[in-house]
Amino acid sequence: MSKTYFTSDHEWLRVEDGTATVGITDYAQEQLGDLVFVELPEVGKALKKGDTAVVVESVKAASDVYAPVDGEVTEVNQALSSEPALVNSSAMGDGWLWKMKLADESELEGLMDEAAYKASIA
Amino acid sequence: MSDLKHLPLESLHEEAGARFGAFAGWRMPLTYPAGVMKEHLHTRQEAGLFDISHMQLFAMEGKDAAAFLSRACPLDAAALQPGTSKYTILLNENAGIIDDLIVTRLGPDRFMVVANAGNAAKDEAHFRAIAGDFDVAIEALDRVLLALQGPEAESVLVGAGLDLTDLTFMTAAEPRENWFAARSGYTGEDGFEIALPPEEARNFAEKLLADDRVMWIGLAARDSLRLEAGLCLHGQDLDEDTDPVSAAILWAIPKKLREAGDFVGADALRRIIAEGPRHVRVGLKPEGRQPIRAGAKLLNEKGEIVGQVTSGGFGPSAGYPIAMGYVAPAYRESGTMLEAQVRENRLPVAIYALPFTPHRYRKG
Repeated sequence: MSKTYFTSDHEWLRVEDGTATVGITDYAQEQLGDLVFVELPEVGKALKKGDTAVVVESVKAASDVYAPVDGEVTEVNQALSSEPALVNSSAMGDGWLWKMKLADESELEGLMDEAAYKASIA
Repeated sequence: MSDLKHLPLESLHEEAGARFGAFAGWRMPLTYPAGVMKEHLHTRQEAGLFDISHMQLFAMEGKDAAAFLSRACPLDAAALQPGTSKYTILLNENAGIIDDLIVTRLGPDRFMVVANAGNAAKDEAHFRAIAGDFDVAIEALDRVLLALQGPEAESVLVGAGLDLTDLTFMTAAEPRENWFAARSGYTGEDGFEIALPPEEARNFAEKLLADDRVMWIGLAARDSLRLEAGLCLHGQDLDEDTDPVSAAILWAIPKKLREAGDFVGADALRRIIAEGPRHVRVGLKPEGRQPIRAGAKLLNEKGEIVGQVTSGGFGPSAGYPIAMGYVAPAYRESGTMLEAQVRENRLPVAIYALPFTPHRYRKG
């Protein structure tokens, strides 16, 4: 059973068995506009909360996506190399960015659930 | 943000769902719901409508108007035929570029000058400082300026009751009282720029938008379109520390003026031409899929910094990342390979002959 968390930086984490799949929210992709490149991290990279994990590039600008919690990158979404626009068309689904093994699940406690996130952008 | 200037047609953009941002002191539409990619491609395929009322028109009139403009700009204004436009620049005494302009001759003693929004106040002060010696009146006009760009632009205008089919690229007319229309633009496409009184603008814009071929285009796509076309953005690719030789826009200055003109900055320009530029503007094509942005340093094979990117992004029509910047003259040849420092990575980038997408102007 997975649970989804949200951050004030407009990221989502879907957590299952100590591993989080991370992406940006639909709101975030809409703000960024059409993405043309996604710079993904190396598998095995240790991320500290707040580190730049991914850089998403739109036609006009590059934006950092931060690690929402500590952990190690276990997988990246290779489909984005050839089709970065998946983040626009399916931000919460096929447009996921990376997976990470959580260092400390208690860090999730500070994050928002979907209702709280939706209220924050309303 | 509260002291931003507002476009006269702001409510029309809000109704269209525009996302706004600050640019050159104005609250400007950046994108519309279609998004920058679709807006860009639509302009090249059909017709894109741009509200560029942030740009400033100056009417210049008087028996010395041509002489004045030939002093203020490296331009042979007296040789300009009525109804024709020229791209020119304003230089300081060091031949640094204060602004780039389009000057159109409307009659024996009348000219129209279109200046960039962010430089308009500075330009006006500069003009007025020079004008003291000449019989010329300078008036900053209150106009809405709309650009309609793309292969369908001419036919859309005819449908909206404005027949400009007689104009060719870089010619202009005054189709109605206090209107000014030029066959010009900032996209590399055929198209028109039309200035009109604000009170008539909403009606005219709505007429254009009623045509299915027309879509509002924001500043984001305006930027990707002009970069694909290899056109400079002042404040980014040109500035007061850059001269026309380095900027590779010497073509805009007639040869006899380079040699003997007495425009402001002429002596400095002649010195730079004789000595050669320290760096030159070039097109840059990143080899991979990753865009290279303004500010990125360019390195040679030894890792020495030999240039810098001034504009960079993605070209929706080109289908790959595009950029321009300045490099030391030794690296200016097309095909020369450099590396761009992007965060911790060095990305291969080739010097590329501009433009990235061919111009499709309607020449005479």
